[in-house]
Amino acid sequence: MPHEETVYDALDHAHGGEGHWAFGTGFDEPLAGVDTTVPDGVDPADLGAYCLMLGDDALVLAQRLTQWITAAPELEEEVAIGNTALDLLGQARLLLARAGSVGVLGRSRERATDSIPDEDALAYFRDADEFCNTGLVEAENGDFGQTVVRLLVASTVRLAVFARLRESRDPVLAAIAAKGVNELAYHRDHAARWVLRLGDGTAESHRRAQDGVDAVWPLLADVLTATDVERRLVAAGVAVDPADVREEVRDVLTTVLERATLRVPGWPADTPPRGRAGKHGPELTALLETLQGLARQHPAATW
Amino acid sequence: MSTDVTAEGGHGAIPTGPEVPTTTSPSVARRDWPLYEVFVRGKRGLNHVHVGSLHAPDDEMAVHAARDVYTRRNEGVSIWVVRAADITASSPDEKDPMFAPSGDKVYRHPTFYEIPEDVPHM
Amino acid sequence: MSAPTLDRPTDEAALQQQFDATIAADRRIEPRDWMPEGYRKTLVRQIAQHAHSEIIGMQPEGDWLLAAPSLRRKAILLAKVQDEAGHGMYLYSAAETLGADRADLTDKLIESKQKYSSIFNYPTLTYADVGVIGWLVDGAAICNQVPLCRSSYGPYARAMIRICKEESFHQRQGYELLMTMMSGTPAQRAMVQDAVDRWWWPSLMMFGPPDDDSPNSAQSMAWGIKRHSNDELRQRYVDMSVPQAQFLGVTLPDPDLHFDEETGHWRFGAIDWDEFKRVVSGNGPANAERIRRRRAARDDNAWVTEAATAYAAKHAGAAVGSAA
Ligand SMILES: [Fe+2]
Ligand SMILES: [Fe+2]
Repeated sequence: MPHEETVYDALDHAHGGEGHWAFGTGFDEPLAGVDTTVPDGVDPADLGAYCLMLGDDALVLAQRLTQWITAAPELEEEVAIGNTALDLLGQARLLLARAGSVGVLGRSRERATDSIPDEDALAYFRDADEFCNTGLVEAENGDFGQTVVRLLVASTVRLAVFARLRESRDPVLAAIAAKGVNELAYHRDHAARWVLRLGDGTAESHRRAQDGVDAVWPLLADVLTATDVERRLVAAGVAVDPADVREEVRDVLTTVLERATLRVPGWPADTPPRGRAGKHGPELTALLETLQGLARQHPAATW
Repeated sequence: MSTDVTAEGGHGAIPTGPEVPTTTSPSVARRDWPLYEVFVRGKRGLNHVHVGSLHAPDDEMAVHAARDVYTRRNEGVSIWVVRAADITASSPDEKDPMFAPSGDKVYRHPTFYEIPEDVPHM
Repeated sequence: MSAPTLDRPTDEAALQQQFDATIAADRRIEPRDWMPEGYRKTLVRQIAQHAHSEIIGMQPEGDWLLAAPSLRRKAILLAKVQDEAGHGMYLYSAAETLGADRADLTDKLIESKQKYSSIFNYPTLTYADVGVIGWLVDGAAICNQVPLCRSSYGPYARAMIRICKEESFHQRQGYELLMTMMSGTPAQRAMVQDAVDRWWWPSLMMFGPPDDDSPNSAQSMAWGIKRHSNDELRQRYVDMSVPQAQFLGVTLPDPDLHFDEETGHWRFGAIDWDEFKRVVSGNGPANAERIRRRRAARDDNAWVTEAATAYAAKHAGAAVGSAA
């Protein structure tokens, strides 16, 4: 069957390069070939801790979004959610690898075999109290309405931070941010489109969207408060002060909610950082049990 | 074991029996979203080509879903979407009696037996 | 509206003749061409069931998405499962060119009026199952599907070309995972062998019943919907897989498996078709769960679909981007 051999051949040629895999699925170490020297005057421990904050946010939110796979409304949304989760997973890999490259590995290295890459040591072998994601991303998904509201809020905050982070004195962070900005802008738009449609759709969807907003808003309380690590890195020109993005975030969210005919809840009073300081709810413990269970059953294995 | 199962196509064995009713519903208003056709320009200098279709509630969602589904590996630099119902098609075969004169709007006709109103000799 | 009694303006014989000539010349039938009702029905059924298989096929591997043991594996698996959603969409699209409707086909899947590949009714017990599904299940799918890139129905053939390209990545990632595990810990190697033991025979069944027990196949071959017989494809798959198993260092669970010098083929033992029948007719270990999840995705989110439709109706005619 000469014709089919041609088809097989064509498939073979299609193998060239990793281009067909989504970002973050490459077979290489994420920071392979990147100069990871720490800029002058920057404390590597602070830089690594900051990368963990941003990386954990992405990892935990990716895990939450992945819970929708095989359960999403319509196949088109299944694919869209998959893309968003893949983007965030890619960001998490880069940021955790960056933390590892500056030697910030916490207790994970005592538990993980040497052959396990830093990104996985950090993702799989830290306990909940070592994670520094915010409470915003670890909360349960709720229904689709609450899920898109949370995605809107989280991607609005993250986009505002990443846009500024492109100017970071750490070239690795700046590069990660530059790549992430396009992804996050897309996530924010996607979430906003859904919030508009649910808020201004049917009576039921309006009610559900409003419930989602009301459930998510209190989680903003500690998201925009800087930790000491962030303050020192802001002074060193490496990090973004989350307080600086407050106005932008508030404007974007207010605009979207108003256009969606949703009531904008009062902004929660600032509280000291909780998630960033390793204080988490039982939701994160459960999430990590699922995420880490298999890897921890086989601590000497590489995959 | 008989006509019960066959292996046609599939991400695996595709059982194709016993005969199940496959009569398709007429195109009455359904709960699902309209069908859009998707055209992608793979790179500069090329025409947009038809790559497939999807369902979306409106144009804006359609173009974004098209980006997600059909260019998720960065194959396209430009996307067009158009509602299938808005495409005017000629029949590929002059002798095709079911769709004889031009002007019918059934690129993806919802049922094979509905005759477009504007076919004169029906 | 299946009113086949509708007056046909010209004689059917001429149309049939033209259709036959197109098939005989190995040219493609396109959506608006006249086609025999049996051809259309067979295609809708086959494409729909193929699409259902892609969608249901997301679940066995999807069950490991949250627990994938490395971030790279998680990303690869997520991309793969997402591909399968895309495959389902391409195929439902192809079925829609024949007058079918995706929501309607989804209903038929959920109401068990249409079937899907029996292989997805087996559970995935360890992470090695992810690798073995990629290697064997996607591998068997490739054997089945590459010939369909030449299916006589244009939209189906075109969908298959795109799908086959992606399937080859699926097989590669699975095999690569297995190679990694086989050079890993003893526990990992044991997992791989166990998974091969469980998936090998079901993967052979993916090609369907033996040719002498597959009466529908002849018509499908004549119509160019199907290009090779079940047994032909199964043999090709075994011949491809045995050396891959040897390279991997796993044993295929078939004491009768041997190389036939005369024909150059790997001969395999008898397949337990009774089990196949059980699993296909919905008594597989995970059948109820697979369907339950599709039903939940439809029903629990119906309010979302309705909301978007309502929003579109409210805002119809509002400023839309100008065509360019
Ligand atoms: Fe597939
Ligand atoms: Fe596949």
